Amino acid sequence: MLAPVHHIIGLTTIVRERVLPISGNVLVRVQQKVSATEIIAETRWSREHILIDVAQILKVSPAAADRLIKCKMDDKLTANAEIAVGRGLFPRTVRAQHEGRVVAVGGGQVLLEVGEAKMELRAGIPGTVTQIIGKHGVVIQTSGGLVQGVWGNGRIDAGLMVNLMEGPETVLVPERVDVSLRGSIILGGMVKNVETLQALAELPARGLIASSILPSLLPKAREMRFPVLVTDGFGEIPMNSAAYKLLSTNSKREVALNAEIFDRYSGSRPEIFIPLPTSSEPPMPNDVETFVPGLQVRLRRPPAMGKIGSIVSIKPGLTVLPSGLRAQAAEVKLENNETVIVPLVNLEVVG
Amino acid sequence: MPTSLVTSNSLLAIDVGAANTRAVLFDVIEGEYRFVASGVAPSTAEAPVKDVSEGARNAIEALQNILKKPLLETSARSLIMPSQPDGSGVDSLVVTISAGPSIRALVVGLLKDVSFDSARRLTESTYARIMDTLHLGDQRKPEQQIDSILRIRPDMVIIAGGTDGGASRSVQKLLEPIGLASYLMPEEKRPAVLYAGNDKLADEIKTLVGSLASTLHFSPNIRPSLETEDIDPAELELAQMTMTIRKKQLKGLDVLDLWAGGHTLPTAYATGRMVRFLSKVYGSPKGLLSVDLGSSSAVIAAGFQNKSVLKTFPHFGLGENITSLLNYTTIDDILRWSSLDIPPSVIQNYLYQKALYPSAISATKEDFAISQAVAKQALFLAMQAALHDFPKDAASIKPNLAPLFDPIIAGGSALSDASRPGQSLLLLLDSVQPVGISTVILDQNNLMPMLGAAASQNNILPVQVLESGAFLSVGTVISPVVSARYGQTILKAKVVYESGTEAKVDLKYGFLETLPLASGETGKITIQVSRGVDIGFGPGRGVKGLTITGGALGVVFDGRGRPLDLPSDPVRRRELIKKWNWTLGGG
Repeated sequence: MLAPVHHIIGLTTIVRERVLPISGNVLVRVQQKVSATEIIAETRWSREHILIDVAQILKVSPAAADRLIKCKMDDKLTANAEIAVGRGLFPRTVRAQHEGRVVAVGGGQVLLEVGEAKMELRAGIPGTVTQIIGKHGVVIQTSGGLVQGVWGNGRIDAGLMVNLMEGPETVLVPERVDVSLRGSIILGGMVKNVETLQALAELPARGLIASSILPSLLPKAREMRFPVLVTDGFGEIPMNSAAYKLLSTNSKREVALNAEIFDRYSGSRPEIFIPLPTSSEPPMPNDVETFVPGLQVRLRRPPAMGKIGSIVSIKPGLTVLPSGLRAQAAEVKLENNETVIVPLVNLEVVG
Repeated sequence: MPTSLVTSNSLLAIDVGAANTRAVLFDVIEGEYRFVASGVAPSTAEAPVKDVSEGARNAIEALQNILKKPLLETSARSLIMPSQPDGSGVDSLVVTISAGPSIRALVVGLLKDVSFDSARRLTESTYARIMDTLHLGDQRKPEQQIDSILRIRPDMVIIAGGTDGGASRSVQKLLEPIGLASYLMPEEKRPAVLYAGNDKLADEIKTLVGSLASTLHFSPNIRPSLETEDIDPAELELAQMTMTIRKKQLKGLDVLDLWAGGHTLPTAYATGRMVRFLSKVYGSPKGLLSVDLGSSSAVIAAGFQNKSVLKTFPHFGLGENITSLLNYTTIDDILRWSSLDIPPSVIQNYLYQKALYPSAISATKEDFAISQAVAKQALFLAMQAALHDFPKDAASIKPNLAPLFDPIIAGGSALSDASRPGQSLLLLLDSVQPVGISTVILDQNNLMPMLGAAASQNNILPVQVLESGAFLSVGTVISPVVSARYGQTILKAKVVYESGTEAKVDLKYGFLETLPLASGETGKITIQVSRGVDIGFGPGRGVKGLTITGGALGVVFDGRGRPLDLPSDPVRRRELIKKWNWTLGGG
């Protein structure tokens, strides 16, 4: 059976495609070195439109209005610019009420694009640009440590990681947040109250790595102007030991936090990347494995949700679980030497 | 069925679900079609594989390991078709698919209570989430409508409006913002458009939105007159449009479609087709109901004498969209179904964690109790929503309750995975709340959509497979409509078995009771009801010597009233739920 893989690796090569949702301008070139926060591509899009019904305003037919309209596609109009002038002794003038760009003309109407916004795409990881993908983005390659998460608020930043965790079960409380942490990426543990997020926002922090977060805090976490990444899930889940070990031993290092929104179809996931010097290119991780004894796995559901263990054996046929359901299962030895029977669909390989 | 009518062709059916992909072989055994075996593998629509054909190949490999005969070429890349003299391969293939992200839909109709409602009903027959609506009552300015369309980026636009020969200017007016918004979208992101309105406007529609739609589909008017609604032909067109969208979204689906020679359908549509087919074959005066609760959605398909209803609710699916359940219900309403004392925060955490890992299953008793409570509330909401669209003239006991259904067929991972049929039945009784006398059938292998897809190629196969015992008969359920005091006797029943022996039961209000009647056996039931109690023959009217069929749970009497009235005291309620579970052997 195919096994999904959750990457928590001390040293690996990663290749990431970074693309705009719509076409734009790519600002970097192949072989260029980029930082995680560097803008690699940008585009513009309009938030609002204004439809000006010239025919109706001038009380003429659409065809007549088309002949009176002075602007054309792609014209940039200033506020109060003349769009059309009627006929007669005292002709009425149709003007643009806002500054904007003409995106459609016809049928006696003019459609203006106003409130243009800029969209900037950041690199997400520090590395080397290896490929340009048309007008959409780039491929970046780099080497270092990698910890994937399960939830992100969509923001990106990089900075010094400061460890506030005393163990995987630490709860981050607002009292632990002080001014010395300003501009740092906080390795924080479980987040259980809104005051913790507010305290980090007031600093401000440059990022937060949480093991888990209460679902009720997700709207607030989305509002944070710094990246928030959750490693293990929702509720009160300690950080899995593999992520904790890797992150806590890299405390005081520069890390890149790409709290990308998890998308199961595209495969984009929130990630923490720890740049490390390497003499040669370490191997790339596998995205899919097959369940075999000896593999390190993480448990996705109770019992022992979030715990790391290793597969002792794959049970033959279907196993009846304590819930009464029948499924293909494995015997998994947890780090505390306890052995549990877990359905294969509740396991993911860590590596 | 005469054997001569059966061509000895084997048929492979593949169902690509959100969590699992199943490959099922049907073949002729002793002159009749039978369900032979099924193989299951995790679906591969999502990253890292991102190719649904891989999951299908894995499921076929699992199937060929069971059959001990090859179905795939040695390279495991292609299907051996047709079957070979050495027994390898299959003769035909059908594919159904429910995997994939929710399809974003914009629904457009003229009058809110007329064509717009019909368009909404049509849209709800597929895996779509209605993100915005346009109708003549919409107070927004055209530019606000344009901005909204650009924001939601619909995958599909469903347009209805105008009775045949009726309004045309109003329809054109409604289409302007859609045309402008599509024009402003990048070409590859433009929506597919289905026009199911006034037939006379077809040419104008082509002119207005034809070049601005990724694909443009037409179906006969779903509202040819104010009083008439005819959705069925448009449902097929919408199913085909859904497949076009899915092919763009999901790699590998084009390969499966090629193998299947174009016989690929959305799972919900295929289920609906099977329900329509069975309604015609069995022609019962009661309705026929199919409920399917899976990872991608809850699907309610009902067939009545003159009408069928297909409702697909992606927001009530138990997979990646499971957290959206909280937009329609409260945690307390989920908890009311739980037999265990579970804090509300645990339910909330469960929903969010389950959305992360939709294919994960409950391994512990507590996790299973939560999953059952969530499933009950999801199916309850789906059924309540579907009730609004059932025909007003459907045979029923009381308005606002489910119409009379017989049989009720239940499938989908939440129902078919239950380790004991009693658990599945209780889930069904609590959420669907059937009334009167119904036989309940469990589609353990989720064959309904596959048979629906197969029906287009071979209309003998579904009937023969259905009658061959591939489905698990749970039994006959008797659900009186009554309001009484807890413990008050509401009916007395006697079953006379084929052997001539008898069994009797006194059903008290608030209780569930069972009488044994094995699968494949029939019995004659006589029911005397108390005053005011209705089992489908009128208040206070019982039945004498009615032939009923048995099943895994025999005859089940549900005396808990309709609508089901759960005690408000949580301790008492949990005790009762445990007791009901115990009565049905659900543990």
